[in-house]
Amino acid sequence: MTWVSRRALGRWALNAAAGLAFGFILLPLVFVVWLAFFRQAIPSFPPQGYSFKWFLAIADSPRFVEGFWLSLQIAVTAMVFGLAIGVPAALCLARYRFRAREPLGNLLLLPLMVPGIVLGTSLYVFHVEASIATGLPILGSIAALMAGHVLIVIPWTVRLVSASLAGLDRSIEEAAQSLGAPPLTTFLRITLPAIRPGIVASALFGFVVSFGNLEMSMFLVGPGRTTLPITILQYLEYRIDPTIAAVSVLQILLIGAAMVITDHFVKLSRVV
Amino acid sequence: MAQLALEGLSKHFGVTVAVREVSLVVRDGEFVVLLGPSGCGKTTTLRMIAGFVAPTAGRVRLDGRDVTALPPWKRNAGMVFQSYALFPHLTVAENVAFGLQMRKVPPTEVAPRIAEALRLVRLDGLHERLPRQLSGGQQQRVALARALVVRPDVLLLDEPLSNLDAKLRETVRVEIRELQHELGITTVMVTHDQEEALIMADRLVVMAEGAVRQVGSQRDLYERPADSFVAGFVGRSNLLPGVVEAPGRFRTSGGLAIACVDGQPGPGVIALRPERLVLGTPTAGLDNRVRGTVELVSYLGASIDVHVRVSPGDRVVVSQPNRADGPLPRQGDTVDVGWPAAAAVVLSGDGAVIPD
Repeated sequence: MTWVSRRALGRWALNAAAGLAFGFILLPLVFVVWLAFFRQAIPSFPPQGYSFKWFLAIADSPRFVEGFWLSLQIAVTAMVFGLAIGVPAALCLARYRFRAREPLGNLLLLPLMVPGIVLGTSLYVFHVEASIATGLPILGSIAALMAGHVLIVIPWTVRLVSASLAGLDRSIEEAAQSLGAPPLTTFLRITLPAIRPGIVASALFGFVVSFGNLEMSMFLVGPGRTTLPITILQYLEYRIDPTIAAVSVLQILLIGAAMVITDHFVKLSRVV
Repeated sequence: MAQLALEGLSKHFGVTVAVREVSLVVRDGEFVVLLGPSGCGKTTTLRMIAGFVAPTAGRVRLDGRDVTALPPWKRNAGMVFQSYALFPHLTVAENVAFGLQMRKVPPTEVAPRIAEALRLVRLDGLHERLPRQLSGGQQQRVALARALVVRPDVLLLDEPLSNLDAKLRETVRVEIRELQHELGITTVMVTHDQEEALIMADRLVVMAEGAVRQVGSQRDLYERPADSFVAGFVGRSNLLPGVVEAPGRFRTSGGLAIACVDGQPGPGVIALRPERLVLGTPTAGLDNRVRGTVELVSYLGASIDVHVRVSPGDRVVVSQPNRADGPLPRQGDTVDVGWPAAAAVVLSGDGAVIPD
């Protein structure tokens, strides 16, 4: 075999492998989207025609709409607080050398490693104990639910902002100082804009992680309050019509739009 | 523009002494280069001048004013970093404008000063580019313009050329030198590259192990090195350890007797510049003339290095200008090596050269 054809073969093999991997990732999404347009109530192949009615059914179903709004509120709140805690934490980890540095860094990533069920159970028990101890209505409150979500967002903000800071040339801060900028000005005008890609990316990831969380949320929602993933699960217990697929399509579109908007500000491929 | 004075400046990191009692006066408008191998304390010294490192002892004075306790942003020192440290999210013009904005220069004055600074470094027309759209050489000029535009009292250059390729480095170092001269700005540069240092400096400070070994002009360092480190670091030297037997008489540890000028009796090192040694017939009549065997010949184009074993323990490198006609010495040839007594510099110490 000549060298050129060996190279062509190599390229073909690479493309085939990449195609396979893409297919593996995209196939479920493709089926969900396809299913959402099936006319029949029991999903089966081949489709007996197509329809938009399942999307219209969502709008008529208040629990999906309410679940969506609750999830949106929680995700935005968790993202904001996650950034407020994660960005300073990442700065501290990147800038200062202290004994507790490594343990602290690992601690902040821990919520990512603990299974959601375990996290949910332990938070639930904690909330029960805290409610008894303080007499405050902590258990099942929206604040407690949001606090839980902040917890799972933190590892993402810390991780991504840390990665951004690691790639930052520290001498740009010294350059700013030598040009007359005091530390706070240096931080606001130089450091913060320079790590903006990491901050935007971590905001996006935090949002997605919170919005899609099911396991932990199940333990923390109060009566009459359900997030979108929980609503979907509850719906699925009784029915399997394509409404769920339609809801998923909307969720995919929302997150997809968030990614496109994010990518407009910072190239995601450069931070993730 | 100002005079910069360092008075007994020291920096200790724990038990490590990074800089040991450096005292130096840089005159108004002078270009001083701190030269030394990595880890010699030159960069720490520069960072103490800039205010990024607080000295353990000693003071930094700008025009007599004690600035030792001032933070970097109150020192009015312009600094060019090895990595250039351009603000990646700001355009060329915004990078240059930053220092002016910090100094609350009125906006109407900012634009002309940016234009002037960029013209000075020959970068007109690139105002709106982002740093990543520039070549290394252009980034370096932006860094220089950014440091100069604020009219600093002192310009600090931290290995500013080390990230440029060799060809560009040759032109840029001359440009910086001329610009500095034209502006008459007091400048301190740090480098480990002796050629760069020799070309750019008015005066050089050779540092090793945190201490100043010698301060002087290019010629001082080359002709009268203070110790074997300077002799080996600035230019090349044949360093032959031995003993000064009497003023004017030196015996190498290899047993070779050498006539030299002066020297305190006791252990010492003799430093011989390779280009001061001659080979063959021209050695007739010189104070020192020894016979040896050629061990290696390196043809370098403009010159030829001949390594000659002159005693069982001593080998010298003779650098001969390349003349097209004469025959080249060959390995194994027996040759005469000669030099005048004045070519040998006698240094005290054991001749241990600090590796770089």
